[in-house]
Amino acid sequence: MAQSDSVPALTVPISALVGSRRHSAIVRITHWVNAISFLALLVSGIGILLAHPRLYWGETGAVGGPSLIDLPLPFVLDISVINIRGPSRYLHFLSAWVCILTGLMYIISGLITRHFRTELLPSRFHLAWHSLAGTISNHLHFRRPPEEEALSYNVLQRLAYLTVVFIFFPLIIWTGLAMSPALSSVFPWLRTVFGGQQSARTIHFFVAVSLVLFLVVHIVMVIRAGFRARMRAMITGHSSASRTTK
Amino acid sequence: MKELVTRRKLITTGLAAVAGFAGLQTAAHIADKFGFLPPDHQGLFGVGETLTYASQRILMSGHSLAPEFSLSEISKVAPINGKPPESDEYHRSSVNQFSDWRLMVDGLVARPRSFSMAELKSFPARQQITHQACEEGWSFIAQWIGVPLSYVLNLVGVSERAKWVAYYSIQNDWWDSMDLPDAMHPQTFLAYGFNGQDLTIERGAPVRMRVARQLGQKSVKYLTRISLVDSLKHVRDGLGSGSPSVGFSWYVGI
Repeated sequence: MAQSDSVPALTVPISALVGSRRHSAIVRITHWVNAISFLALLVSGIGILLAHPRLYWGETGAVGGPSLIDLPLPFVLDISVINIRGPSRYLHFLSAWVCILTGLMYIISGLITRHFRTELLPSRFHLAWHSLAGTISNHLHFRRPPEEEALSYNVLQRLAYLTVVFIFFPLIIWTGLAMSPALSSVFPWLRTVFGGQQSARTIHFFVAVSLVLFLVVHIVMVIRAGFRARMRAMITGHSSASRTTK
Repeated sequence: MKELVTRRKLITTGLAAVAGFAGLQTAAHIADKFGFLPPDHQGLFGVGETLTYASQRILMSGHSLAPEFSLSEISKVAPINGKPPESDEYHRSSVNQFSDWRLMVDGLVARPRSFSMAELKSFPARQQITHQACEEGWSFIAQWIGVPLSYVLNLVGVSERAKWVAYYSIQNDWWDSMDLPDAMHPQTFLAYGFNGQDLTIERGAPVRMRVARQLGQKSVKYLTRISLVDSLKHVRDGLGSGSPSVGFSWYVGI
């Protein structure tokens, strides 16, 4: 049990964790439901984007006028052979509801159980230079994470997860809502803060790209840290560390 | 012990599923009662459509207005989707400057009748400069001139039983519908002018619908008929618009 000394910010010794769960049920359920809804949003989002893979800044934008970025993608407008866009729109808005509702469930439970404060907010120890440098160095050298990280998040994980939960998801939901002509009649500031409907659409796209990059790194890290053990922890709740001490 | 837990889990999951299904049925019933059920509410996608439509209807219960812009903000580029009607009937009318065009208003109204373009233009004209987005992704700001739909509906006298307004283009497969709150909204126009001029044929001459709080696809061109109904179930395919049958949603306040 010497490990407990090397686990910063872990207020309970590992012995107390034996038989306990790495991830709570609510975290595991919302994680997987959100994972499914995110994949549906991504696939359908691409289906919608392909109708007009051109991005603008400001209130308006159309072919014939200036663009911000012309994405190197084809315009898929013909629905006579196969209609990707229509069903993509139906799927996008359905999955958005699933994503928002599970997200709310996760946020509320995280606040009540102090999940964010105890497990995600970096401690002063984490943010100390030598600790930060050590974690970054481990990542840059592609070292396998130390054993204690099976029980707690390292500082880069904490910062990444906090960014995704409190910046990326709120921003992508906000810009999504800002594109709605109905909602902008009730809350005009939804889009005016971004400079217009087309700006909101462009930000929506770039946050989606950021979330995809996060997902790629997330999956690579899970594989590096031991795919089976980490998947087991997120499915059953038991981490390998607490299993081996059983 | 382990088996017991799984069985218990199975039973609770089963019960939750049944309760969830019953809950959905009840929710759909309540939504319908309050007018929160879109015509394309069927199936899994319908759950998302109903949530969106119902929540936006509640948020917009104060008859919120779409933002309006100044003349200088009108877009230089305003693309056009779709092709003009090819029928002889339309061609003949366009040659006659649409002097013979009639817009029929019928269904659950006290005085069903049709209107000529001259009559529509004799009513108090309004203009609005609003943003219009296409579901494809592009958008523009333009000035629309016309008569509010509510003005015409008040002239014919809407029955208390009417809940929906179905409207039809001379292009037979293009039709749509909206609820009464949208129909009576001050920014819902029978538009005959665009950026200071009469509508061109490409843009929907002589008259088109303009629904400011929804995407462009609701703004049906070449309007020939408006019909008030208490239910959309028996109007054409029952899905409220030509859109759902080709895979697009009916409600596009998005």
